Amino acid sequence: MNKSEKWDLIIKPKRGLLDINLKQLYDYKDLLTMFVKRDVVTLYKQTILGPIWFFVQPLMTMAIYVFVFGNIAKISTDGVPQPLFYLSGIILWNYFSECFNKTADTFTQNANIFGKVFFPRLIIPLSKILSGLIKFFIQFLLFLAVFLYYYFTTNSISSSLLLFSLPVLIFMMAGIGFGFGLIFSSLTTKYKDLKFLIQFGVQLLMYATPVIYPLSSIPAKYQFWIKLNPITHIIEAFKTAFLGSGHFSMYGLIYALLFTLIVIFLGIIIFNKTEQKFMDTV
Amino acid sequence: MNKNTVIQVNNLSKLYRLGEIGTGTLSHDLNRFFAKLRGKEDPYSLVGQTNDRTVAAESDYVWALKDINFEVQQGEVLGIIGKNGAGKSTLLKLISQITSPTEGTIKAKGRIASLLEVGTGMHPEMTARENIFLNGAILGMTKKEIKSKFNEIIEFAGCQMYVDTPLKRFSSGMRVRLGFAVAAFLEPEILIVDEVLAVGDAEFQKKAIGKMKDISSSGGRTVLFVSHNMASVKSLCSRAIVLENGNITYNGDVDRALHSYLTHGVKGNILEYKEFMEDEFRSNEFVSINSIGVKAKKKDYGEPMNVDDEVEIVIKFYKKIANQRIDTTIQIKDEAGNYLFGLGTGVYENINVLYTGLKEHSVVIPANFFNATTFYLNLVIVQNRKKIVLRLHDVLKFDILPKNISLGKFMGKTKVPLNPDFKWFGYDL
Repeated sequence: MNKSEKWDLIIKPKRGLLDINLKQLYDYKDLLTMFVKRDVVTLYKQTILGPIWFFVQPLMTMAIYVFVFGNIAKISTDGVPQPLFYLSGIILWNYFSECFNKTADTFTQNANIFGKVFFPRLIIPLSKILSGLIKFFIQFLLFLAVFLYYYFTTNSISSSLLLFSLPVLIFMMAGIGFGFGLIFSSLTTKYKDLKFLIQFGVQLLMYATPVIYPLSSIPAKYQFWIKLNPITHIIEAFKTAFLGSGHFSMYGLIYALLFTLIVIFLGIIIFNKTEQKFMDTV
Repeated sequence: MNKNTVIQVNNLSKLYRLGEIGTGTLSHDLNRFFAKLRGKEDPYSLVGQTNDRTVAAESDYVWALKDINFEVQQGEVLGIIGKNGAGKSTLLKLISQITSPTEGTIKAKGRIASLLEVGTGMHPEMTARENIFLNGAILGMTKKEIKSKFNEIIEFAGCQMYVDTPLKRFSSGMRVRLGFAVAAFLEPEILIVDEVLAVGDAEFQKKAIGKMKDISSSGGRTVLFVSHNMASVKSLCSRAIVLENGNITYNGDVDRALHSYLTHGVKGNILEYKEFMEDEFRSNEFVSINSIGVKAKKKDYGEPMNVDDEVEIVIKFYKKIANQRIDTTIQIKDEAGNYLFGLGTGVYENINVLYTGLKEHSVVIPANFFNATTFYLNLVIVQNRKKIVLRLHDVLKFDILPKNISLGKFMGKTKVPLNPDFKWFGYDL
């Protein structure tokens, strides 16, 4: 066969670990926006309140937390007004769990489409991250409103220049959810057991993260374990930035960033390997 | 190698696990892993058996495709035919990158769009307009491309009225039309189509076939077409491959391929030509049938019969009793077993029915009488125009293939088995 023969596509039994076609991913950018649009547009179709539901969920959760953790359990909020403290934790955690859960569902939820049409499979989890981001921003506006209210009515809040790290914090939050989601979605195609683990695992993980309590309220001997959780540092940095009450550490944040990059990298490699064969096992 | 080759498939094989996937995968995975560690071959790839669903499974793995080799030239419309489970869909899935092969490679030039289903990914809550953009994007079009063809798509689907209605209010037929319309305006170099035409009404099928013809003839683009509808395969394809149990059994001219599929695909003792042994039960004290066959006149047994061929039925038998009439009657039935008509020698006075000996009776059915479908044939032997002495049910099965069909004609499954082309006359009185 002529070696100079030019083929646009060569399908082989196995792809290399790092053989990720980024150009192809870019070619399908319109599909990405269409998926994001689909997720956002169809979510509240035929509902009366529509997008208002984006606000109702965090507000209700916040009210419950204020009642249960704030007033019954009397867990400290480091002097920050309770609604603000819980709301900041809730919206960040929501975004993480949305990224993680939706990404982890990639193969099982889309087996039908994947079985009929080829497109870069990474488009689906990426679209979930982006539609989650839109939802996050809407909820962030809610947080901002509550924040400004307390900012001008009380003296308990002292924001810092760390505010500018917000994009990085959001990136890390999404990245960890994305990376772990990719790993779990790849594993669930073969071992369906993980589906059950994911369901309550994310909930349990929330209690291992300073969402409803400040890091400072943790006894010193457990602090090491809580700090091992990279999300801890992200949430603490966020609280330091906006509320001035967190337990911010640069090393912690760098650890979280490295963790994020490694998880994304591993996730993409495993996902890339799984997507070639998953139709036969799912 | 030919310069215009756009798809080249080399030694392509695909191994599938039989039985319930999920149980024991961990142990197999570990086995594989240890085998790999010791530098041995995958212990499970050795045991795959051929893909024949009628044979009991002997191993846990099956070769859905085994060592497939073929090439497709630019502008060609290649038909892929075969029984259910022969590996057609697996082949399309491999070419359209839905799953990857176990062995072998596929090389392709240009953008491939596969239409294994129409309207993939369409969302019932979104409007037709939104769905056109979504579906188009899934199939690999950019937003710009879709926008520029939007009006054509809507027109082709014939749903101008419902552009802003959610898809869930559409009838299932309308959804299919919309889905196909989007796909029809894709402009890939290679289009892969899997039996999507089985749905939709006659008018739409005509449109769809016409569109696919356009794609290949005007644009020089290549189409791979899988279908069980022999009429559409014949009218669309220039060449066809026949898959059987994961192997290519025929690759070439579409007429021959159809014939090879139709005759080869049938298991059991129904064929277009049969010879009988003396001691079989097709023999009694009056007569013993030697052979019966149906073929196109001027062609050999086994060659394809088209609608515009004269069809000849030949019966050879040994007449054992003298001085009594032995008449041959054939009965033609359609695919569903409905009796269509009978033809017998009983109406003739002077036919060689009196003496003993080896005889041949034949009858010719004129061209353009049968429609393109499947027929069964009964043979009845009558003594003295009164008593049936031998009756063979469904002794032959034969297929009549369509002639080269003009585009204006309905491609769907033919309902009427006979379509005689009798003459009309018109006079001014």
